[in-house]
Amino acid sequence: MTKMIGMTGNEAVAEAMRQINPDVVAAYPITPQTEIVQIYSSFVSNGQVDTEMVTVESEHSAMSATVGASSAGARAMTATSANGLALMWEIVYICASMRLPVVMPVVNRALSGPINIHNDHSDTMGARDSGWIQIFSENAQEAYDNTVMATRISENKNVLLPTMVMMDGFIISHAMEAMTTLPDDVVKKFVGNYKPENPLLDIANPVTIGPLDLFDWYFEHKRQQAQVMIDAKSTILKVSREFGKISGRNYGLFEEYMLDDAEIAIIVIGSTAGTAKKVIKDLRANGIKAGMLKIRVFRPFPATEIVKAIKGAKAIAVMDKSDSYDAVGGPVYKDVRSAMYGKRGGKIVNYIYGLGGRDVTEQNIHSVFEDLKTIADTGKVANQVTYLGVRE
Amino acid sequence: MAKLVEIRWHGRAGQGAKTAALTLAEAAIESNKYAQAFPEYGPERMGAPMQAFNRISDEGITVHSNVQNPSIVLILDQSLIVAKNVSVTGGVPEDGTYIVNTHLPASVMRKKLGVGANAKVYTVDATQISIDALGKNIPNTPMIGALIKTTGLLDWDLVIQETRNKLGKKFNKSIVDKNVLAMQKAYEEVRS
Repeated sequence: MTKMIGMTGNEAVAEAMRQINPDVVAAYPITPQTEIVQIYSSFVSNGQVDTEMVTVESEHSAMSATVGASSAGARAMTATSANGLALMWEIVYICASMRLPVVMPVVNRALSGPINIHNDHSDTMGARDSGWIQIFSENAQEAYDNTVMATRISENKNVLLPTMVMMDGFIISHAMEAMTTLPDDVVKKFVGNYKPENPLLDIANPVTIGPLDLFDWYFEHKRQQAQVMIDAKSTILKVSREFGKISGRNYGLFEEYMLDDAEIAIIVIGSTAGTAKKVIKDLRANGIKAGMLKIRVFRPFPATEIVKAIKGAKAIAVMDKSDSYDAVGGPVYKDVRSAMYGKRGGKIVNYIYGLGGRDVTEQNIHSVFEDLKTIADTGKVANQVTYLGVRE
Repeated sequence: MAKLVEIRWHGRAGQGAKTAALTLAEAAIESNKYAQAFPEYGPERMGAPMQAFNRISDEGITVHSNVQNPSIVLILDQSLIVAKNVSVTGGVPEDGTYIVNTHLPASVMRKKLGVGANAKVYTVDATQISIDALGKNIPNTPMIGALIKTTGLLDWDLVIQETRNKLGKKFNKSIVDKNVLAMQKAYEEVRS
């Protein structure tokens, strides 16, 4: 067995980036930037990577420089968090529309206001319709693995979309855990050399990138963008399978945990899935058939696959670590409920939890399963949307 | 060693509680155990009360919530025992272990903490040790020495080696040596 090492989530992702060795990393070097870029900048200074590091004056410029580098034909990366992602907004959409295979680790943290630096998913949930592939990680190991895989997924000729790789701020980013990394040469071989499709710097074959595109062709290009996201699932699964061969760690679009015969189940994203595993083990020891589905790939959304995986459960709770403030419910809930419409019976409820870094305890998750048990037994739903662990 | 040991560090920002927790986790992982170390950041200013946590286990750890029922509590600043909004004894079982950085004897600390006879209370003057060795009050590495001596949680030589590795990434050899010296001194001086 490979020797375990202790790494924080930030260190793990920076290490993956070192092994990927992108041509360009453009990043804003001040808060809300994360330690990922700080650690990476020492790899650059120490000559451990060949990367051209561009420190820019804002996150908007960070994404712009990354888009510029990627258009030129470079393997380009950046990283961000919270309000930094919010400031990138305009160019985040442009990056996806231009079909640039940029990989961006995002440390999930709450959007202001009120001012908060801690974890929730409001930053990247806001970007869920931006056209980026979104892959969430439960722990430092997954953050490392997903960063390596994201490069292969984004750069695949059938995809050519940017990917955000997420991990929970502080809970994972600043927490040290036991994990393993792959040898440098294995990662290098896995990600391969990047051969851009239509680089601006290929002056023998000049192309125009980012031109005006009005009512004549804009819609057709957006239709293609929609299709490539639909088709990306198969590439994500293929790359994940190949990653399984080099690492022994197997990933799907989501993880099923004791879900086969589950009568009550939760659907969750990120570090809380780990805490839920412990709770489910305890419930199972008491004869309660609880289970979990942890979403890894949120964009493209594995709608039909989730419906199939969770077919047996009588009551399902979808956990959202962000709110839509739309008087309906959280974003994951709405996607799951919409996927299930007309496909299955059973009850589905929503829990908004952990906003702004509120600690998510085993008791919190126990209480969700208790509610689900009542719903499964009585067929009655008391609250469609519950705010979990908040003073009201 | 029990299957899962949970530890809570109480300190003030700047005292190095986070680094100590990370160093301990690295040493545990080096000993082929599973471990977590994570801080709870409050307001980002020097001197503000903060907590850091460790989980150390023979099995993989998936829980990602704060430690609520630590069996071991390390207090880097004794003023935190009476500080508002800080409960150093909160969630700790009756037979929990407390290691306090103070020049006062354990019997006095036991009263201050308000814990019963089943609790194990140890004291070490980590501040004085740190000032003697480093010229400033950074009591984190001495507290690791006191922890290992009183609980036998990990192999002592390995902890010294990991402390050297961890601090060596940030500081020069002279500072690392002084830290290790302080840690060894606390290992010898911790009292019940």
